[in-house]
Amino acid sequence: MVERAGTGVLTAERAGPTARVEEHHAPRSFLGRYVFSTDHKVIGLQYLLTAMLMALVGGALAVMIRYQLAWPEKTVVTPETYLALVTMHGTIMVFFVVSLALVSGFGNFLIPLHIGARDMAYPFLNMLSFWTVVPGCLLMLAAFFVEGGAAAAGWTAYPPLSALKEAVPGSGLGQTLWLLAMALFIASFTMGGLNYITTILNCRAKGMTLMRMPLTVWMFFVSAVLGVLAFPPLTAAALMLLGDRHLGTSFFLPGGLVFGEEVLAHEGGTPLLFQHLFWFLGHPEVYVIVLPAIGIAFDVIATHARRPPFGYRISVYATLLIAFLSMIVWGHHMYVSGMNPLVGEYFSIATVSITAPFSVLGINLIGSLWRGQIRFTTPMYFALGIISVIGTGGLGGLYLGTSTTDVYFHDSYFVVGHFHLMIGVVTLMGTFAGCYQWFPKMFGRLMNERLGKLHFWLTFVPMMAVFVLMHYQGLSGMLRRYYDHSLFEFQTAGRALNKPITYFALLAVGGQLVFLVNFFWSARRGVRASENPWEGASMEWNTASPAPHGNFGPEDPVARRGPYEYAPQDSHQEYLPQWTA
Amino acid sequence: MKLVLGTLTLCAFFGSALSPTSPTTSFGPAPASGALVTASPGEVGSVKGKALFQGEAPRRRKVDMGSDPACHALHAEDARDESVIVGEKGELANVFVWVSKGLEGKEFALPTTPAELDQKGCTYVPHVLGMRVGQKLVIKNADPVTHNVHSFAKKNKAFNQSQQGGGKSLEQVFDKEEVLMQVKCDIHGWMSTYVGVVAHPYFAVTKADGAFEIPGLAPGEYTLSAKHEVFGTQKTAITVKVDGVVETAFTFAEE
Amino acid sequence: MTVHPSSAAPAGRGSAPLLAGLFVATAVLVAYGFWSLGGLPELASRHGVSIDATITYLFVTTGILFLLGHGVLTLFVLRYAGSAERAAPERGSPHASSKLEWRWALVPVLVMCVIAEGGVLIVGMPAFAQLYGEAPPDSFVVEVVGKQFEWLVHYPGPDGVFGRSEAKLVNDARNPIGLDKKDPAAKDDIYTRGQMHLPVGRGALIRLRALDVLHSFTVPQFRVKQDLIPGFLGRTQFEPTRTGQYELACAELCGLGHYRMRGFITVESQEEVDQWLSEQEPAF
Repeated sequence: MVERAGTGVLTAERAGPTARVEEHHAPRSFLGRYVFSTDHKVIGLQYLLTAMLMALVGGALAVMIRYQLAWPEKTVVTPETYLALVTMHGTIMVFFVVSLALVSGFGNFLIPLHIGARDMAYPFLNMLSFWTVVPGCLLMLAAFFVEGGAAAAGWTAYPPLSALKEAVPGSGLGQTLWLLAMALFIASFTMGGLNYITTILNCRAKGMTLMRMPLTVWMFFVSAVLGVLAFPPLTAAALMLLGDRHLGTSFFLPGGLVFGEEVLAHEGGTPLLFQHLFWFLGHPEVYVIVLPAIGIAFDVIATHARRPPFGYRISVYATLLIAFLSMIVWGHHMYVSGMNPLVGEYFSIATVSITAPFSVLGINLIGSLWRGQIRFTTPMYFALGIISVIGTGGLGGLYLGTSTTDVYFHDSYFVVGHFHLMIGVVTLMGTFAGCYQWFPKMFGRLMNERLGKLHFWLTFVPMMAVFVLMHYQGLSGMLRRYYDHSLFEFQTAGRALNKPITYFALLAVGGQLVFLVNFFWSARRGVRASENPWEGASMEWNTASPAPHGNFGPEDPVARRGPYEYAPQDSHQEYLPQWTA
Repeated sequence: MKLVLGTLTLCAFFGSALSPTSPTTSFGPAPASGALVTASPGEVGSVKGKALFQGEAPRRRKVDMGSDPACHALHAEDARDESVIVGEKGELANVFVWVSKGLEGKEFALPTTPAELDQKGCTYVPHVLGMRVGQKLVIKNADPVTHNVHSFAKKNKAFNQSQQGGGKSLEQVFDKEEVLMQVKCDIHGWMSTYVGVVAHPYFAVTKADGAFEIPGLAPGEYTLSAKHEVFGTQKTAITVKVDGVVETAFTFAEE
Repeated sequence: MTVHPSSAAPAGRGSAPLLAGLFVATAVLVAYGFWSLGGLPELASRHGVSIDATITYLFVTTGILFLLGHGVLTLFVLRYAGSAERAAPERGSPHASSKLEWRWALVPVLVMCVIAEGGVLIVGMPAFAQLYGEAPPDSFVVEVVGKQFEWLVHYPGPDGVFGRSEAKLVNDARNPIGLDKKDPAAKDDIYTRGQMHLPVGRGALIRLRALDVLHSFTVPQFRVKQDLIPGFLGRTQFEPTRTGQYELACAELCGLGHYRMRGFITVESQEEVDQWLSEQEPAF
C-alpha cells in the first residue's frame, strides 16, 4: 500500500463506504439527498441515469429504424413515422444521451474530484441545470403522442420543412415541442458549461496548476467553452424558427413558397441562414462530446498502462487548436447547399487542417502505451477500443471534409457511418470506460469484470460492423433518410447490406443490456472497492469509495505534482499519487 | 444577467407555444338544436340546370405520369387532365353547385353511408366530391403504389397521411362548411381532388353533360352558388315553389 | 471484502493476444471491405474522373495511415502487456523526452498537412473547378424545378428562352411550374414530370429551383449533388459521357415522399434529344 505519511488524508483502512467524513454537512432528507441535491456527484449520477432512460428510447427507435430498413416490405411503420423515428433518434442520442451522460454526467461527477474541489462553483445552479433538462426530456418524449406525431424534419430541423405544418405531418405540434425541448436543453447545458468553466478556473485545490490537471478535465474545460460559445446561435435559430412558425416572421422563408397551389405570405428570408446557424453549433457540438471521451481515454490509459500520457502538454495545445478550428469550419456541412463554391473551398481547407492536431491526439493516445505495463482491465479495453474507432472513423472524415469528394458522399450512408463512429461509438465507449473506471467513486464497488469484458466485445464488434458497413453503402451511392431504398436501381447494391447491418445492430443494442445488468447489479452487489482500487495517481483516488459529501477529508487536498506520476523517474515507487508529500 | 436572459428566452418560447397552432377541434355532427327538417314530396320543389363554358375550350393536356412508371403502366392510353372538361356544346363538368344561403339554422339528418374517395390509376375518383359536415369520408387506395393524401383545408383541419397501395382505408370527418377544399397527392403531383363540404344535403356536381339537379328543397328564397376549381364561383338568387322546378344555368369563362 | 485488482498479478494478461487479434481483424476486414464492397456506380461524367481520382487518392493515403495506426496499436498491446515483475527495466523508461514528444507531434502534422491539404488543393481542385467554374458556352441548358415530391423538368423550347414563371400561377395539374401565359417566350416551353433527356458528350447546365422545401439534385453515376433552395436560382453542370438511362434522386430530406422522389435522365445523341423534344407538348 502506498505511504500517506503526513498528509492528513484518510488511509485505506479507515476509508470505506461507511466513512462519510462530512456527514454533518450532508442533507439528511431523501428529497434533499437524492432528488434536489446540490452535490455534484449526485447530480452527475442523476444525469447519467436520465441519459440511460433516454438511451432506452433512442435505442428502441434505432431498432425500429433498422427493422424498417431490413424488411421494408413488411411496412411496420409509415414513411411519416419513419422520418419521426429518424429525427427523434438523432436528437435524443446526440443531445439527451451522449451530451447528458458524458458531458453533463461525467463532467459533473469528475471535475471537482479531479481538481480537488469540494463541489462545483455554483451547486444550486448545477441542480437547476439538471431540473431544467428533465422537463426538456419530457417535452421531447411527449412529441410522440401529439397529433401529426413527433418532429420529422431530421435532427438538423432544416426549414422550410421544419417551419411549415403543410410540409410534413411532424411539423405540427411535434416540431414545436422539439424546439421547446431543445431550448430547455440548451439552457441547461449553458448553465452547466458556465459552472464547469468557473469551477475549473477558480476552485482547483492548492497546487493544482492548469498543467497539473488530468487531460479529462482539460477536455471538459475546452468542451464547456465550446458549448458556451456555440450554443447561443442555435438558441437564436430556434427562436427565429418559432417566430416563422407561429408569429408570421420570415427569417428562414423566402417569398413564393407554394403548397397546394397556395402561395404563402412569407417573404424575404432564406433557408441557408438556418443552416449556417445550426452548423455553427452543430460542428463544435461534435467536439463538445468527442473531446471528453478522448480525455477519459487518456486518463484510463495512463492509469492502466502505468505511465504518463505521451505528450501531455502537446495534447493540451492540440486540443485548444482543435477547439479553435472547430469553430470556423461549420460550412463543411454545406458544400452542396448552394453556398459560394469559393467559401466552400475555404471551409474545406480549414476542415481538413483539423486532421493535423487531431492526429497528434491519436499519436499521443497510441504513444501512451509505449513502454507501459498494460493492465487489461475493462476500462482499458474500452480505452483501447476508442483508439481503434478513432483511427477508423476519423480518417473517414477526410472523404467528407474534402469538398470534391463530399459532392459524392454528401447525405449518403457514408456520412451516417462516419458520424456514428465518431460521435456515437467513441462517445459511448468513452462513457463506458468512465463508468467502469470511476464506478468505485460512485458506489464504493467495482463493476463485474467478466460482464464488463463481455460488454466490450458486444459493443466493439457489432457497432464497428454496423457503421463500417454503412461506409460501404455510402460508397455505393446509397442515400440517407430513405424510408425504403428499393425504388432506385442504383441503391440495389447498397441495399443488400441492410439485413446484415440490422442483425449487427440488434446484437449491439442487446449487448448494452449486459451493461445495464452489470451497472445495477454491481451498484448493490459488486465487489467492495478500496479508495484506490486501480492504483491511480490523480486526485479523485485521494478519498473514500464512494466519495463522501464534500469529497475530501477535513483538510483540503493539495496537489503536489502532476496527475500521472506513474513509474516515476527519481523514485523507487511504482507510482506517486498527486496528493502525497 | 445570463440567467435573466435565459428566463426571458424561456418565457418567449412558452409564449409562442401558447399561440394558436394546435387546433382543438371536435368532430361529429353539430349538436341537435332546432327542428330537424324532413321534406316530403308535395311540399317541396327542386332546382335543375347546367353549367356551361363560354369561349374556346382549353385543350385537355395529357397527364404525364413519367415520374412513376408504376402509374404509367396502369393506363393503356394516356390519361387526360380532368380539371377542365368541356363538352361539344360547352357543357362544363365537375362544377360543384350548392345552396349557399337560405338554409341557415336548419338541421338535416346525416346520411348513414360515408362519402367515398378512391385512388385508381393514380387519379382520384371522383374528381370533385360533395359531402356533408359531420359525414364520414372513407379514402381508399386501389392502386398498387403508395400515395399520400394531403388536404389543404383552410377552415377545417388539414391532414397529410401516406397510404400504402391496397392498404387500409383512411377516414376523415370535417366539422365546418368548406367548398372546394383541395386534397392532393404530393408523390404524384398531377393528382388532385376537390371536396365540397356543406352543412345540408342540397348540393350536386355537374356531370359530363354539364347538368345538375338538386331536389327536395322547401319553398323559399335561396342563393345558389356554383364553383369550378379553375373558373371560380358564380351565384344566383332563386325562389323555390311547391312542386316547382327552378331552371337555371351558370356560364363560366376564362379570366 | 476489499480488493485491489492491481495488487495481484496485472489483470488479464491473456487479454493482450485477444485484443491484438481484434485490432488486426479490424484492420484487415475494414480495408478488405473497402476494397471489395466499396464499389462506386459506374462513372458517366467527365468531371467525375477527377472525383474518382480524389477518392482513390484518399483510399490509398488514409488506407496506409489506417493500417499503420492499427499495426502500431497491435504491436504496443502485445509488447507492453503488463508483466508479473513490477518493473521491466529492459523496456526502458516510459518517460519520453520533450524532444521526442514534439518530434512525434510534428510528424503527424506534416503528414496530415501534405495528405489532407494536398487532397483538397491539388488532387481535388480540378473536379471542383469543373463543377463550379464557367460552364462551356455551348452547354445544353435545362431547368429543374423541385417540389414535393417530383422533379419537374423545364426546357426553353425552340426559341431557347425560358419563359417567365411565377409562384402564384402554379397549378398542380395544369401549370406545375407556374409559367406565365402572357410571356411570349413561355408559349413554346416544354415541361415534363421527371423526364430529362440530355445529349451525350455535351456540357449540361442545369438551373435549379425549388417551390416548397429544400431538395437536392443527385445522380450518383454523374457524381453530382446540388441542393435546390427555395428563393434561389442555383445551378450545377456536368458532361454526360455515356448513353443510357440514369435515375435522378433527391438527397436532401424533403418530406414523407423523399424516398420516392425519382426522375429519369436519358443520355442519348443530340439528334435523338431533338427528336424527343419535338414530340413533346408545348406549355400553352
